[in-house]
Amino acid sequence: MTPDPGGAVAEAFRQEWGRVVAALIGMTGNWDLAEECAQEAFAQALKTWPRDGVPRRPGAWLTTVARNRAMDRLRRGAAEAAKLREAAVLAPIDEPADDDESGIRDDRLRLMFTCCHPALPLEARVALTLRTLAGLTTAEIARAFLIPEPTMAKRLVRAKHKIRDAGIPYRVPPAHLLSERTAGVLAVLYLLFNEGYAASGGADLVRRSLCAEAVRLARALAQLMPDEPEALGLLALMLLHDARRSARVDDAGDLVTLEDQDRSRWERSEIGEGAAVLEAALRRGRPGPYQLQAAIAACHATAPTAAETDWAQIALLYGRLARLMPSPVVELNRAVAVAMADGPAAGLELVAAIEASGDLSGYYLVPATRADLLRRLGSWAEAAASYRTARDLAATDAERRYLDRRLAEASGHAEAVGQEEAAGLDGAAGLAEASGHAEAAGPDGAAGKDEAPGPSPAQ
Amino acid sequence: MKYMLMICRDESVALTPEQGADMGRSTDAWIGEMERRGVRLLGQRLRPVADATTVRVRDGETLVADGPFAETKEQIGGFDLIECADLDDAIEVAAAHPVARYGTIEVRPFWEEG
Repeated sequence: MTPDPGGAVAEAFRQEWGRVVAALIGMTGNWDLAEECAQEAFAQALKTWPRDGVPRRPGAWLTTVARNRAMDRLRRGAAEAAKLREAAVLAPIDEPADDDESGIRDDRLRLMFTCCHPALPLEARVALTLRTLAGLTTAEIARAFLIPEPTMAKRLVRAKHKIRDAGIPYRVPPAHLLSERTAGVLAVLYLLFNEGYAASGGADLVRRSLCAEAVRLARALAQLMPDEPEALGLLALMLLHDARRSARVDDAGDLVTLEDQDRSRWERSEIGEGAAVLEAALRRGRPGPYQLQAAIAACHATAPTAAETDWAQIALLYGRLARLMPSPVVELNRAVAVAMADGPAAGLELVAAIEASGDLSGYYLVPATRADLLRRLGSWAEAAASYRTARDLAATDAERRYLDRRLAEASGHAEAVGQEEAAGLDGAAGLAEASGHAEAAGPDGAAGKDEAPGPSPAQ
Repeated sequence: MKYMLMICRDESVALTPEQGADMGRSTDAWIGEMERRGVRLLGQRLRPVADATTVRVRDGETLVADGPFAETKEQIGGFDLIECADLDDAIEVAAAHPVARYGTIEVRPFWEEG
């Protein structure tokens, strides 16, 4: 008997909830019933595990209890209301399925693909994934997305109804659909991660737990799709970002740029795991957007100091990413990397091209990047003007506070330069400093909100 | 499951005679294939919204007006009733419809009783 059966139930909940729900949906086709019976099984575990000990295979135990509950309910329902259709669905239960070593068929992949079906609204895909696969309560999901609980409850109900009424199949898509649907699943998990990653400070603890859930789900997906290098790539990307999470925000809740982060606070073991997962992905020889973004994140995470960052390699990787997935956000990041590798002037040229295209007009990171490059050239007055533009476009308080600090600095220098120039001095201090704005935005940036897998403007 | 495909396109965009002929051929091919597969139960092209009549009854009075009831960029130009295993199949059938390439196909499941 485990000394702490309550803890064992909590652990089993994290590990097994999705599996139990997925198996129950597979057996009954009824999402609500599956959730309710899974809940009852965990409640039963809380009662009996402290008395009888933790079963050898908790997942199999929980699934069996939940299945028995479901069968009881359906039989009762069938007898009472002649719900023969649902009773008929019970037939496959006794058939031997392609069980894994735990004796319970793992239906989580089917569940993931169904939750992330493109016929569901994006926010419903995210919510449904958190509810059915990660086991978050409706209240927790509502808090994480800052919306009232009844709104979230309605969103979940509607999504489940649509799955049933529109005939969204509960399955892993056939080969001809697999690649595009896999991209959809990866995008939902990445969005989930970004929601958590963008959160800062203590008040956002619920949202930050989304990172852990996203990593857990990505890990499961990578296990379930061992031949999909992009699933590994996404897991690596998340781990490499997550490793730096505690260093991203200072005690006051302000964002710390990549360059200024205390690298001793980065989680070495997570970086190591991320790098190893990435290597396993790259060995398949089928690179994709997530693998490339993970490779970029790895360049940053493995640099001993900011000054030792391999910017030439990062610029190259952004170039490959831009060819694979053309996006102005990727271009902007390439501009930053090129500036670091070849000097601010080369970066400014690329920024000018992005501005000329108008693709990112209104996006604060464009003027913020320009401002940073100008600052590094010592063009303080121009830098100040761009910081001011960026500040007016910034979306969050943390971003505004960061830009205010930079603006004050640049304005101060601009004034000093004015006075020094009057005295015949060169004011260009030429601070060799990494642009950290992309990091300040978190890994999603503008594109993370889109349906498409978001290119990361973060390094 | 039964679905209705509402074939929507912008009526005001006229097709060239060649495009029109091509559309006719492609549509015939689509109908032929879907009937051969036993997917398409029924379907019909519709006259344009200029020939439509809107009927409402309010306070017992029948109100008749011309045209469509809502101003939308695309109008329903036809419909097809199909029977498919699931939504993924219906999406595949809709995506194969020639109008999908420049208009919109709305896929609506039947409201099945029970």
